[in-house]
Formats: sequence, structure tokens, C-alpha cells
Amino acid sequence: MLSKVFATIAVAITGSILLYGVSDFPAFGDPHSPANAGVPGSESVSLYFIEESYKDTKVPNIVTSVLADYRGYDTMFETVVIFAAGMAIFAILRVVGNKEETAAKAAEEDSFTNGDHNRIIVGTTVRIVVPVIQLFALYVVAHGHHSPGGGFQGGVILGASFIIIALAENLNAALRRLSELNYVRLAAIGIFIYAAFGIMAQVLGSNFLDYGALQPIFMTDGPEMARSHSMLGVEIGVAFTVTAIMFAIYANLASRGQLVKGL
Amino acid sequence: MIFAFDIIILVFLVVAALISLNVKDLLSASMIYGIYGFLICLLWAEMGAVDVAFTEASVGAGVSTVLLVATVFNTRRRSSD
Amino acid sequence: MAEFIHDHIQPYFNYWVYVIIMMIGLWALIAKNNLIKKLIGLSIFQTAIILFYVSMGVKDGATIPILGHHGSSPPASEHRLFEDLDEEEPKKAHGKPVDHHAADDEHGEDHTHGHAGHHKTNPDLIANPLPHVLMLTAIVVGVATLGVALAISQMIFKEFGSLEEDEILEEIKASASDG
Repeated sequence: MLSKVFATIAVAITGSILLYGVSDFPAFGDPHSPANAGVPGSESVSLYFIEESYKDTKVPNIVTSVLADYRGYDTMFETVVIFAAGMAIFAILRVVGNKEETAAKAAEEDSFTNGDHNRIIVGTTVRIVVPVIQLFALYVVAHGHHSPGGGFQGGVILGASFIIIALAENLNAALRRLSELNYVRLAAIGIFIYAAFGIMAQVLGSNFLDYGALQPIFMTDGPEMARSHSMLGVEIGVAFTVTAIMFAIYANLASRGQLVKGL
Repeated sequence: MIFAFDIIILVFLVVAALISLNVKDLLSASMIYGIYGFLICLLWAEMGAVDVAFTEASVGAGVSTVLLVATVFNTRRRSSD
Repeated sequence: MAEFIHDHIQPYFNYWVYVIIMMIGLWALIAKNNLIKKLIGLSIFQTAIILFYVSMGVKDGATIPILGHHGSSPPASEHRLFEDLDEEEPKKAHGKPVDHHAADDEHGEDHTHGHAGHHKTNPDLIANPLPHVLMLTAIVVGVATLGVALAISQMIFKEFGSLEEDEILEEIKASASDG
């Protein structure tokens, strides 16, 4: 009870200070606010992205080009953070060993699945829907240059398709398609792909993640298309990691780290 | 950005946040948190942040709800407050 | 009344609601007893901050930050995207524009073909992409860290048999006094 009183007082004080601060903000939707246009003497960097990013990279979606090219270093380590989160869950939750108990549970699980006729309808529907979801996820990854999308969104949708299999049938059905060894490998390969693009640029005599230097590898007309193609490669790497980690988080949380039965 | 649309979504947003924090059944709380995520996704789509809205639609309304439900199933469903 | 709303409420209404949502999340973090509720509060707090960042990049009447296939805007708002065309529009209303200089003709052609090689894109009509980029990764990292937090709360449940903060604290005190 005391904590509630204290919380209300703290929230009231913080909230009133913040509400008072709001009155000094630029108006909502003002195109000439400091965040949108910069202050006199120093222009906002977003103006450069809007005006020049298409000339630099030939990618119509400005968000993708800023995400994967101009701020590529940032995105790479965001991906590493996601990988680290997956590994942390592995370290916290995963129970290894005790084979007999696991086998007994799996047997119990099988009889449960065979006897439950409701799961037939849901399972069949999911089996029809999942390929469509996965195809859409690949489209989102591949078409991220021209429409909303990219590695993060496509990866989450691809991971969600495995989660749907695990929800509709059981966790083992999903793990047959993407086993624990494979998803850990997939997560590591994703980061490796991302880093490989950076190191390739370094080998070719430019800065880390400066994709323009990859022009001889992609055999394009200019550095712009090389940057565009490298962005696709990098997005695929991100999608690998995000897919694997999203499924890994679900699999460990749903089975208390035992990777059998699931919900 | 349409102001009337903004008001409606923001009011629903506050209501969804309050309900999901005050309902005693944690499964309902997770599902209402999914609704909250979807309303936020609508708000971002309306603000012109399509990429963010797309991410929130798949992450906030999809995966994080499933993760919360998975944890609630493996622990206790009732909450004291 | 309408003017008052337009001048004093509309520019700040969104920010007020963000502060309210943020405070709801903060209150839940401090006052709620259940760990899952605390995590939902934490997520609400996080979305309020992300909302604030994204709304920094909003521009009135701007379109989404995706250009057309020639580096121009999407076709629907094309006529608004070029600064020089805005001045041209009133002339067109009068009928056929008078030939001042060749440049005007060129603009007209570009307009009909949707090809905008030598125009400068007007940044006021495209939403600021930078906050979107920063927040896009924050959302995905947010769900990964939510997963870690849920994993830790599952381990707490395994250890103490409860997710209620007061019960956990009693358990810890009991075990401390035993040892």
C-alpha cells in the first residue's frame, strides 16, 4: 500500500514536470522544428538523407538505405544485441540432460496429439497457411528497397511462421523443421554475413561497411548499385538472425527450456 | 496526420494501457497488451512511419503477445493486482 | 473555440498523451506487485518513448519516406513535391501558361512524365526518416530484451513458486534468517 502512495507521488511529480516541459516543444507536425530542419547554421542530417540518399544508393525507401548503409555499423550491433539476447535466454532457461524424463514427456505428448481431434483442423489450416506466410516474409525481405519492409520485419514474420507451427501442432513439429542446432547456426551465420560485407569492403581498400568499394564483386556500373545490392545482402543476414532468435526465444519460453511439448 | 483520428486512437491507447494493467487475469492482460500494440501500429501508420508500423504490427502485436502468453501458461494465471 | 483548439491544444495534445502513457507505465513499474504486470508496464513505458521519437519526425501534410522509382515522390502527391511547381499552379489555373522561359516548359514536361531528374526534392513534404530508423531497431531489440526478462521471471517462478513481489521478498527473508 505504501508503495502505491509513493508511486503516485513520484509519478505525479515526474508527470507534471514533463507536462510543463511540453509547452516549450515545437508544435506537433512542424516541418521546421530543430529535429526536422536543424537549427540555423547546422542543417539536420535528415535533410541530406531525403535529398541525396537516392542519388547515393538508388534505393527508393529512405529508411532502408539509412538503416543498412549510412547507419550500418549501428544496425550490425543491434543485430548482435538480438543474438546476445537469444544466447542469454539459452543460458538462463535451457535445461540440458535428463534424457529419460524428456523421452517420457515426448511419449505423453504424442498420445496427447493423436487423441486431440481439435488439433487436426487447426493443424491442417496452419499447414496450408504457413507456406504463404513464409513466401510473404521472403517478399518483405527482398522488396525492402521499394516498400516498407526489410530484414527485421521479414525475419520476425519468418520466425512467427515457425511459432505458428509450434502453437498449432506442438513444439516438436516446429523443431523438426528448424532444430536447435540449426537455429543457433542460422543466428550466427546471419551476423557473419553482415560482418563479411564489412570485411570485404575493408579487403578491397575502403572503410568497414563502405559498400561502394564492393563494385568489382557485384560487377555493377557504379558504386550506387553496389551499395544497393550490398544492402540486400546485409538485410538477408539480419533476417537470418532475427528469424532464429525469435523462434529460439519462443521455444525456450514455451517449454521452460526443455524444448519438448511446448504450450 | 489527421487530428480527429489522432484523438480517437490516443484515447483508446490510454484505455487499453489502463485495462491491461488493471485486469487481474494475466492472460487477458497479455491479449489487451496485443490490442495496445496494434493501436500503436495504427498511430504510426497514420504518422507516416510505415516501416515502424510494420515492425510494430509483427513484433508488438504478434511475437511479444505470444511470448507473454507462453510465460503466463508456464507460471500462474492469476495476479493479485 | 475552434481557433483556440487549433492554436493551443492541437500542437501539444499528442505530447500530453505520451506523457500520460509514460506515467502509466512508470506507475505500473513502481506500484504493481506482479512481475508480469511490471513487464507490461515497462513495455508501455518503452512504447511511449518510441512514440515520442517518431512524432518528432512528423511533418504536416508530408508523405511516407519512400520515393518513387526515379527518386521522385509517389505519383499521388507529385505535383506538391517540387518547390517550383507550387508557384506554377496559379498560372495553370488561368489556362495555358505564357512562355516566359524554357525552364518552365521543362517543368511541365517533367510533371507529365513523372520523371524528375533535375528537380530538388522538397524535404518538407517527406516525413523525417531518421527517427524511424532509430526506433525500428529499438522495437526489435525491445522484444528480444522482453524475452530475456520473461525468461528470468520464469526462473524466479521455478525458484520461489510465485511471481508476486511481496511473496518473493518474504521467501528471501525467510531463507536468509534460516541460514
